[in-house]
Amino acid sequence: MIDLSLTTIPDLVLAVMLIGMAWAALSSDDLKRSVILFIAFGLLLAIVWARLHAPDLALAEAAIGAGLSGALLLVALRDETGGKVAAGEVSRSGRWLVDLFALIMTCLIGWVLWLTIYTAPVERLATLANATLTQSGVSNPVTAVLLNYRAYDTLLELVVVLTAVLGVMVVGRERRGYRQAGPVFCGLVHWLVPLLIVTAGYLLWVGAHAPGGAFQAGATLAAAGIVLRLAGNDAAGLPAGIWLRWLLVAGIGLFLSIGLGVTLSNGQVLQYPEAWSGSLILVIESAATASIAAALVLAYRGGRPEGWLTAADKENNRGVSA
Amino acid sequence: MTQALIYALTGAVIFMLGVRTTLLRVTLLHRILGLNVSGGGVFLVFVSLGYRGDTALTDPVPHALVLTGLVVAISATALALALNRRLREMDDE
Amino acid sequence: MVDLLAMILVFMGIAFFFFGAIGLLRLPDLHSRLHALTKADNLGLGLMIVGVALLHGSLLVALKLLLIWLLALLGSAASAHLISQYALRRNHR
Repeated sequence: MIDLSLTTIPDLVLAVMLIGMAWAALSSDDLKRSVILFIAFGLLLAIVWARLHAPDLALAEAAIGAGLSGALLLVALRDETGGKVAAGEVSRSGRWLVDLFALIMTCLIGWVLWLTIYTAPVERLATLANATLTQSGVSNPVTAVLLNYRAYDTLLELVVVLTAVLGVMVVGRERRGYRQAGPVFCGLVHWLVPLLIVTAGYLLWVGAHAPGGAFQAGATLAAAGIVLRLAGNDAAGLPAGIWLRWLLVAGIGLFLSIGLGVTLSNGQVLQYPEAWSGSLILVIESAATASIAAALVLAYRGGRPEGWLTAADKENNRGVSA
Repeated sequence: MTQALIYALTGAVIFMLGVRTTLLRVTLLHRILGLNVSGGGVFLVFVSLGYRGDTALTDPVPHALVLTGLVVAISATALALALNRRLREMDDE
Repeated sequence: MVDLLAMILVFMGIAFFFFGAIGLLRLPDLHSRLHALTKADNLGLGLMIVGVALLHGSLLVALKLLLIWLLALLGSAASAHLISQYALRRNHR
C-alpha cells in the first residue's frame, strides 16, 4: 500500500520541516521570533504547493501567505511594543486536556484521510473541469474555476475582502508613517516599485493560460504599495478621498454589473456568453486586482486615513483628551 | 498516492498544532498566528486530496478554493490585527 | 553532456548555499554572518540559475531566470546594507 521510493524522500523531508517550522513558530514565547518563523513556514508551504502541482498556489502563498501576512504581522508587532504584555497562564490540567484533545483529533483526522485516499476514486471533478475548459474563455483550469465555474465564490470572496477592510477602517486609525528612507533604500524603491507593477500586470495577463491571476497580481501590487510606504511615502501610492473609495469597490462593482449585465443575453446571472468570456474575465480580474491591492495596502496602513474622521469621531476624541 | 498521504497527514498535524496554540495561548497575537498556521494545515489537506500522483490529472477545484481561502485568511488576519490594536488602545486609555 | 554540466552547476550552487547556511549559523557576529550569507547565496543562486537554464534550453526562460537573479542580487545587497546599517546605529547608541 505504501511504497517508499526514492522520489518520496524530498516529500518526507519537506513534511518534517513543515511540522518542525510550525512547532517552532508556535512554541516560541518571543513574538518577533514567532512571526519570522511563520514567514519561513509560509515559504516552505509555497515549495510544497509547487511539489503538489499547484503553481498558482505556490505564487499566491509566497506573495500573500508569507509576504503580506508577514508584513501585516510585523507592523502589528510594532504596535505591541510599549504596551503591557497580557499575563496569565492556562492551568496544568487544562493544558493536558487540550493536548489530549489535539492528539485524539489528529489521529481521527489522519484515519479519515487514510480511508479517503485509499478508497477507489469515483467520478472526479477534475475531469469535468478540464472537459469544459474550451468553453470557459481561458485555458488555465484554476482561473476557469475561479472566474467561470465558481464565479459566485470569487464574488463573495471580494465581498469578504471589502467587509474586512471596512472593519479595519472602522476600528483603526492610520498608523504614523515612516521617515524618509536613506539613499540605498530609495534606490531600491526606484527599481523595485516599477518592476513590481509590471510583474503584477504580467501575472494578471498570464493568468488566462498559465499560473497567475488576479489574486497573485493584487498581492504583488500591494507589495509595491508597502515598499513605497516603508520608504516614506505615507499614502503608499493610494489615491486620497473619493477615489480611494471607488478603488475599494471597483472589483465587486464591476463583477456585479457584468454578472447582472449578462442576464440580458441569456437570462442567467454570471453566465458569460461563450465568445465574450475571455475578455469579460480579464476585465473583472483587472478590477479585482486593483481592489484587492488597495484593500491590503489600506490594512497595512492601519485603518482610515487622517482626513476621514467623521464629525462624531472628532467629538469623541475631544471627549477623551479633555 | 504515498505523497498525497504524507502531505495530508502533515496537514492534519499542522492543523491541530495551530488549534492547540489558539486554545492554550493567552496573547491575542499568538492566537492569530495559531489560527493562520491551522489554516495552512487545512489548505494542505485539501490540496493533497486533489493530487493523484505525477501522471494523473491534478484537480483544479481545490486549488481555486484554497486560493480563495488564502485571500480570505489574510483579510480575516488584517481585521483581527486591527481589533487587537484597538483593544490595546482601549487598555491604555 | 549539457545535462551533466547543468547538474554539476546546480550541485555547485547547492554547495554554496550549504556553506552560506553554515556561515549564518556558525559565524560569531551579525556583520560576518551577513557577509557569508549574501555573497555565498548570491553566487549559489547564480550557478543554479545557469544550470537550470541549460537544462531547460530555452532563451526566453533563461532571460526570465536571469531577471530573477538580478532581482535577488538587488534585494540581498540592499537588505544586507539596511540590516547592517541598523545594527551599526544601534551599537553606537
